[in-house]
Amino acid sequence: MESAGERKWTEIIEPTHSLFDLKLKDVWQNRYLLSMFVRRDFVANYKQTILGPLWFFIQPLLTSVTFLFIFNKAAGIKTGVIPPILFYLAGLSCWNYFSECMNKTATVFKDNAGLFGKVYFPRLIVPLSIMMSNLIRFGIQFLLFVGFYIYYLVATPAAIHPTEYIFLLPVLLILMAGFGLGLGMIISALTSKYRDLIFLMAFGTQLLMYVTPVIYPLSLASIPDNYRVFLQLNPLAPILETFRFAFFGEGSFSWGMLGYSAVWMIVLLCSGILIFNKVEKTFMDTV
Amino acid sequence: MEEVVIKVENLSKLYQLGQIGSRTLSRDLNRWWAKVNGKPDPYARIGSVNDRTKKDGNDFVWSLRDINFEVRKGEVLGIIGRNGAGKSTLLKIVSKLTKPTTGSIKLQGRIASLLEVGTGFHPELTGKENIFMNGAILGMKKWEIQKHFDAIVDFAGVEKYIDTPVKRYSSGMYVRLAFAVAAFLEPDILIVDEVLAVGDAEFQKKCLGRMKDVSNNEGRTILFVSHNMAAVKSLCTKGLVLKQGNLVYQGSQLDAVNYYQSSHEANSSFMHDGSMETAPGNENIRVLEFDVLPLTGDVLTISSGLEFKLAFYNHKENINLDVTFELVNLDEVVVFHHGVFISTDKNSERGIYNVSGKLPANFLNTGSYRFNIIFGENQRYALFSIQDLVLFEVLNETLGSNSQTLPGVTRPDIPYQVSYKTKAG
Repeated sequence: MESAGERKWTEIIEPTHSLFDLKLKDVWQNRYLLSMFVRRDFVANYKQTILGPLWFFIQPLLTSVTFLFIFNKAAGIKTGVIPPILFYLAGLSCWNYFSECMNKTATVFKDNAGLFGKVYFPRLIVPLSIMMSNLIRFGIQFLLFVGFYIYYLVATPAAIHPTEYIFLLPVLLILMAGFGLGLGMIISALTSKYRDLIFLMAFGTQLLMYVTPVIYPLSLASIPDNYRVFLQLNPLAPILETFRFAFFGEGSFSWGMLGYSAVWMIVLLCSGILIFNKVEKTFMDTV
Repeated sequence: MEEVVIKVENLSKLYQLGQIGSRTLSRDLNRWWAKVNGKPDPYARIGSVNDRTKKDGNDFVWSLRDINFEVRKGEVLGIIGRNGAGKSTLLKIVSKLTKPTTGSIKLQGRIASLLEVGTGFHPELTGKENIFMNGAILGMKKWEIQKHFDAIVDFAGVEKYIDTPVKRYSSGMYVRLAFAVAAFLEPDILIVDEVLAVGDAEFQKKCLGRMKDVSNNEGRTILFVSHNMAAVKSLCTKGLVLKQGNLVYQGSQLDAVNYYQSSHEANSSFMHDGSMETAPGNENIRVLEFDVLPLTGDVLTISSGLEFKLAFYNHKENINLDVTFELVNLDEVVVFHHGVFISTDKNSERGIYNVSGKLPANFLNTGSYRFNIIFGENQRYALFSIQDLVLFEVLNETLGSNSQTLPGVTRPDIPYQVSYKTKAG
């Protein structure tokens, strides 16, 4: 029998919803789905390639060698006392993690339109799975970096030395992931409506890399001081500088700059999640 | 009385056709301004109905209009209507894939929707991996999948290939595996779109049987959309009919099917009078007109015979173009599937083609039929296919002294010869 009073419904579907209704509980309940997405990404990417996950090594290695010849040898952008290959590997591992998170998240609606049109699950699962898949990738690239790192530590002990800030690595990873997801989700909202922004993003990412100290140190002598101020305003810069300072004892580090970066990350990530959550509700009608 | 587990109130959904999102900032801003001021959407014209065959100079269409109904626990509700009547939109809203424009749906219990089989299947993953992947997407917990794993594999009949990537599966195996996962979902409310339209007949029966068991024995509530009237009759306990976004009938499943079949839902002619880009079709083909007419007299009867006429615009030049007509009765029996070559020397031309065909008198039995049309290249690649383009009814006629409706798909006028042979001896 139905009681005349207020019934307790498990779900009410209505036209409007609170902006802050993020369904984080749903996300937690779907953690198994999250792990399946990560697994699918990983297995599906490398199942039929001959070298398998070795590709994760090859890509940064070849890029580093290319950078060595172009930026270091040809253009003469010096990396200080840090061996160039090590410098580039460090920069690229970090940058790749951030940019992959951002690019994949930015096209999340386009890439998953078929899936999103057929079944409901908290959409936030997909950016999270992107973050975790790329974390595995970062892990593998990081191993490559560690290999070279140990070699140079032994071969040229005077040039580089680790500092206790090495323990900040998890914080740096959270910062990179946060920036990647936050920016990616903001862009995903825009591209789901105005598709041409995807093209803008591809070269935007590239430009962003050059204004971030990935392939040059922030302390590079040839940067004029008045430009350096702008480079320092880039909230991504402290992450890379801290990473290098932690592992090489070389570069700049300040808690203030890292805090500045963290504030940016939190603002971007929160607005990203809110925007994503809003777009997710209506995007099926506009695709 | 069982308690109400789904309560739909004043549900409406407005869709914009054509260039969605307008891509113009000014219009978007305009709308946003109206919304901020609490005014209705300035681009939504009230009163326009969901009729894609008519163009009223309005890009907005009410895909659903003020729908109200309730479903009680354990009921199996069949939702019927022509293409574009709003069935899929309704399921999408219930499945939380899109938001309603107005109104609400209140639900009680765990919901799973099955709008497609094999959602999230990845060709590189093995059958086993895909069972877990698909199960997770459909909202199953890991232990639930593990619990049913053997039963799923058994139901699909793919034991031998369970560790093979599904890209090596035949399409039949693929569909069976995909459906098997879904068949073992254990939600309180299950939403099923026409997923049964795939797979072979035997497997379809098995799936229908499984669904029936689930609702009878486990008290599960099911929303079921289908064009298969036989399935609706046997599976559902209630039915509702949608027409152009409005709920026009609700009652028992048998009454709903009867209403649908006898209502003016039947429409023997299709005519597109909008621009070429909005005609049903794709970048290859646009269907402009399709008519079913009696050969003799004014009404389609068993003895009138019929002629069907198709006009379409072809965009694909220099190919071997063919058109296949498929006539299906309301029990989903294919009466015929028959095609014709439009061009055989790779010389199709861009432009409007007319094709017509005739069915003789005393061929079709009385009943309702629909045409599917498939446009192909080299009889191999489908360029475009359209279902249910027209729905028409062949009226009964007295044959001798018998005025009853006779069973059978066809109703031939067979020239019998009878002779009596005297007993030997």
